[in-house]
Amino acid sequence: MLGLNKRDFLLLLVVSAMAALTPFLFQPFAETSPLAQFNGGYPDLMAKVAIFGIFAMGFNILFGLTGYLSFGHAAFLGVGSYAAVWMFKLLSLNIFPALILAILVSGLFSVVIGYISLRRTGIYFSILTLAMAEMSYRLAYSVLTPLTNGETGLQVRPTDPRILDRNSSANYPNLFGLELSDSYQLSLGNHVFTFNVGFYVCAVFFVIAFYLSLRIFRSPFGMMLRAIKSNQTRMNYTGLNPRPYALAAFVISGMYAGLAGGLLAVMDPLAGAERMVWTASGEVVIMTILGGAGTLLGPVLGAGVIKYLENIFSKINENVLEGWFHFLPEVVREPVVWFFARFTGEGWALTLGLLFMLVVIFLPGGLMQGGQKLVGLFRRKKKSGDDATTHSTPAE
Amino acid sequence: MGILEVKDVNKRFGGLQALKDVNLSVRENTVHAIIGPNGAGKSTLLNCLVGKLIPDTGSVLFEGQSVLGRKPHEINQMGISRVFQTPEIFGDLSVLENVLIPVFARRDGAFRLHAFETVANESELIEQADAILTDVNMIDKRHAHAASLSRGDKRRLEMAMCLVQNPKLLLLDEPTAGMARANTNATIDLLKEVHEQRDITMVIIEHDMHVVFSLAQRITVLAQGTPLVEDTPENIKGHPKVKEAYLGETQQV
Repeated sequence: MLGLNKRDFLLLLVVSAMAALTPFLFQPFAETSPLAQFNGGYPDLMAKVAIFGIFAMGFNILFGLTGYLSFGHAAFLGVGSYAAVWMFKLLSLNIFPALILAILVSGLFSVVIGYISLRRTGIYFSILTLAMAEMSYRLAYSVLTPLTNGETGLQVRPTDPRILDRNSSANYPNLFGLELSDSYQLSLGNHVFTFNVGFYVCAVFFVIAFYLSLRIFRSPFGMMLRAIKSNQTRMNYTGLNPRPYALAAFVISGMYAGLAGGLLAVMDPLAGAERMVWTASGEVVIMTILGGAGTLLGPVLGAGVIKYLENIFSKINENVLEGWFHFLPEVVREPVVWFFARFTGEGWALTLGLLFMLVVIFLPGGLMQGGQKLVGLFRRKKKSGDDATTHSTPAE
Repeated sequence: MGILEVKDVNKRFGGLQALKDVNLSVRENTVHAIIGPNGAGKSTLLNCLVGKLIPDTGSVLFEGQSVLGRKPHEINQMGISRVFQTPEIFGDLSVLENVLIPVFARRDGAFRLHAFETVANESELIEQADAILTDVNMIDKRHAHAASLSRGDKRRLEMAMCLVQNPKLLLLDEPTAGMARANTNATIDLLKEVHEQRDITMVIIEHDMHVVFSLAQRITVLAQGTPLVEDTPENIKGHPKVKEAYLGETQQV
């Protein structure tokens, strides 16, 4: 089905179902429960997980398969956002022209950066991409202000030309008239689930992006990319030119980033240069490694974990902690609250840092490896003596 | 005219004249060995043939076409494959994938964006790969991780990766270096079989005289960057110049 074997088709179905049911999955606790603040089922977070899932999935095609570690991928995210907002300003608030231009422009941009950076490998490649992204970021603030609107950021204004839908009163991006901010709320007992048009748009693109990534992983092209990571010398002496393969992977991942940037602009039609700052490039590296570089779902998992920590953990401030530990005597409570406050609220990044360190040290294959180990343990207990391998499917 | 013609090749590294007026003609369907003491320029010569090094002067013709200035992958596409001293394989990939990659390279050339095809659907190519794995007795390891193979298996895998491309010329850089005698003999048998069954021209660089005299039909002796003699194994064995070159080396050490 769809050019996939049974197992992969099943995987695609599961991923699609999970994307469709995200509003339920991210909202496990009742509104009245004290754990309600751990609910992540609001449109903004769910959409961000889908968008950064796309971003990390694309990054994984480059880093996970070819081993080329780009430290400048946020530049393509930023370029995608700018392109999308320009389309909103000039053409129409429909999301399709915006997303198409976002993908095309970031694709072109990554051809240029990739062509230059791929002349080197290893750390020099990383430094070149980092330099290019920093350059883009600085230029967006200075010389390119007419294009980027500098520090204010690029915004949609009532005075924009919008050739195709000049007469419409819409102020926000829409899908052929359907407002992306529209939501439907479903109440079941004490649970409230939010179904948002914007999130579902992102989810559809996420599933398409996942399908394409799955096809690339199973293709001869994907095998060549893994060969690049494994041994470039042998590749050369086998009659293959690694450079165009690496460039193609770079451009594909740049286009994924452009799509993600475009979707960010679709959810909130504002593009600023801070999207291209180097920590943003670092974030996608961390997402990919945390989840498991080179695996299909790892980067998505990493993106989910990081966005969840960023949005949920950062809301747990000292007042919330006081509420949790109010049963303790004050002498104990204060230091306990102080201690946990370092890891939550503004200190969420510390939790992420520790988690990242633990994963890199104990699970070099990322959270996916952790999952596989758990499954392996479980299986071994179930039927001891059976050689159940948890390896991914071989090439045939 | 040989399949491979090396004419007046010179290569200098700084003050060292690595190759000096090297002339070499390799006839089709022969096994041609290049021997010589350490530092004689054997590896430099080989690297000039595969595009890794470019000679300062001279010409290298393969089937009448110059290989100079071409990149390694272009030279491979002309029909020259190379086996390395330490096996160069795709360690992160399965044994089958290791053999499939050269098959794809033969069919699709140096680059093709086949991102929406599926490896598993290329049953014809997989059959070719399986056939060569059967030939080198590795079919039962087709799903093994290439990095986990033993050294001997890695070498057989690398050989399979070269053979599956049906090269016209196979270059072997010390194919038995660091091997136990039993493995060396197995490699000799494999190479003999390959040569007899597939009519592949081979150029072997080798230290081990046992290997050289078991396989080679022509031998070129290289010393200090220059070919001393080129002859049949029988004539080389008792040749005074050859003895001198090797003895000279041992006396210096």
